[in-house]
Amino acid sequence: MEDKITFIKDGIRLDGRRVDEARPIKVEVGVLARADGSCYLEMGNNKVIAAVYGPREVHPRHLQEVSRAIVRYRYNMASFSVEERRRPGPDRRSYELSKVSREALSPVILTSYFPRSVIDIFVEVLQADAGTRTAGINAASVALADAGIPMKSLISSCAAGKVDDQIVLDPMKEEDNFGQADMPIAMTPGGEITLLQMDGHMTVEESHRAMELAMKGCRDIYNMQRKVLIDRYSQMENATRQEEAVI
Amino acid sequence: MSTVVSEIRKDYLYNLMLKGQRADGRTFNGYRPISIEKNVVQKAEGSALVKLGKTQVLVGVKIQPGEPFADTPNRGVIITNAELVPLASPSFEPGPPNEFGIELARLVDRGVRESKSLDLDSLCIVPGEKVWIVFIDVHILDDCGNIMDASSLGAIAALLTATVPAKKFGLGEDYPLPVNDIPIATTAVVFGGVTMFDPDVDEESIADTKLTVITRADGSICGMQKSGTGVLTQDEIYRIVDIACENGKEIREKFLES
Repeated sequence: MEDKITFIKDGIRLDGRRVDEARPIKVEVGVLARADGSCYLEMGNNKVIAAVYGPREVHPRHLQEVSRAIVRYRYNMASFSVEERRRPGPDRRSYELSKVSREALSPVILTSYFPRSVIDIFVEVLQADAGTRTAGINAASVALADAGIPMKSLISSCAAGKVDDQIVLDPMKEEDNFGQADMPIAMTPGGEITLLQMDGHMTVEESHRAMELAMKGCRDIYNMQRKVLIDRYSQMENATRQEEAVI
Repeated sequence: MSTVVSEIRKDYLYNLMLKGQRADGRTFNGYRPISIEKNVVQKAEGSALVKLGKTQVLVGVKIQPGEPFADTPNRGVIITNAELVPLASPSFEPGPPNEFGIELARLVDRGVRESKSLDLDSLCIVPGEKVWIVFIDVHILDDCGNIMDASSLGAIAALLTATVPAKKFGLGEDYPLPVNDIPIATTAVVFGGVTMFDPDVDEESIADTKLTVITRADGSICGMQKSGTGVLTQDEIYRIVDIACENGKEIREKFLES
C-alpha cells in the first residue's frame, strides 16, 4: 500500500482510459425467466444481475404499509466475486449498501399505486471490481422498468474518484483501493441526486468537480439504459405484431 | 427511523419554516447547545458523553492488543459499533443492530478512518502478529434528533481522551492515543426547499432526506452520505457542503478549547 503507484501517465490511466472516461458497459434486459423484471449488467470487470419481484404480498405482514408499497433491496456479493473468498451472507457493508441503494431508487418508484404490497429488488454481485453499488443500482433500475413498475424516471449511478490528485470518472479496483477518494452518486435524468456518498480526502472544489464528472457519467449511463429498454420492447412489440399477422 | 408526529405539529413546523423559523428559535444553520463531558467511564480507555440539545450519546473506547488483518499486517485496527439501545427512543428495539445502527456506525467509522485521525501504522506492536485494536462503541442514550453528529463528536472526543493501556499488557508504559485530526460530522435535513442543520426529532420525521458531511481540520471533506428516500439538487448539496465546512470549523474550535 505504501508503494507509490502512478495511476495517471500523460492523462491516461492504468487501463488505458482518459480521466473522464467510464468503463465499457454492457446491459441486457429480461435475463431471468422467473423474475418479474431482470437485468444483467457489466461495468468494466463488474458483473451484476438484478431481479425484481412484485408488487406482491408482504411477508412478514407487519411490515406492510396501508397507503403505499414498501421497497426492499438486497445487495449481495457472491463469495467468489472477490480475490479472497468472502463469507456468504450479508455483512455490515452489505446492509449499508442495501439501505442507500434502496433510498437511491425509492424516490422515483410510484409506491402509492400499490398499497399493502412490496416491491422486492435483489442484486447479486457475481464479480466485483470497484463500483458494485453503482452497477447494482443501474441494473436494478432497468429491472424495475422491465418488471413494469411505474416510475417517474430511471435512476442512473456512477462514481467519481480522486487518484494522483486528479478527479477521475468511474474508478476501477486499483484506483479505488489505493486512490485518495471515492464518490458514488445516483441521479434521475433531471439531475436530482438520490444517492451521494463520499470517503477519502477532497477539497470542496474537488468535490464539485467530482460531482459534475459523476453526473456526466450518470447521463451517459442513462442513455444506455434507455436504449436497451426501448430496443427490447420494440423487438417484443414487433414480434407480437408478426404473431398477430399470422393469426 | 419512524417517529409519529401529529399532522398539526407538522403543519406548525411547516408554517414556521415558511417564515424562516424553527420551533426552538434556532436559525436554519444553527446547532443546539453542545456539551462534552470526557472520561465519564473509568473502565474504558477513553470515553465521552455528548449532549446535543437533549440528545445524549455516550461513546466508549477500549484498546486491546490483537491480531492484525491479513491484508494490513503492520497496521492497527479500528472497530466501530453503534448500539441503538431501546431506552433511547420508543422506535428502537432490542436485538442486533439494524440498518440504521449499521449505517450510523459505519459513518462514525468513516469519519475517524478517512480523516486519518488515528495513525494506524503507529498502532503496530509486532508486525503481522500483534497490533492495537481500537474499539469505538457508541451508545445512544436519548435520541432527540441528529444522533449522527452527536455520535461522531463523541467518538473523536473519546479518542482524544484515550490512553493506550500498554502497561496492563506488559508492553511498556501507558501513553495517550495519538490523534492527528478532528473530523466533524454535520448533518442537514432538506425539507420544502430549505436546509436545516442539526435536526431535532420532529424535523427529522418531517423531512425525507438528510445529508451528512464530515470535514477535517484543513477544511477538506473526508466523508459524505445522503440518507433517506428523497432527492437533493446539486445546489442543495453544494450549499450544505459550504455550511457544513463553516459549522465544522466552529464546532472544532469550540470543541478544541474544551
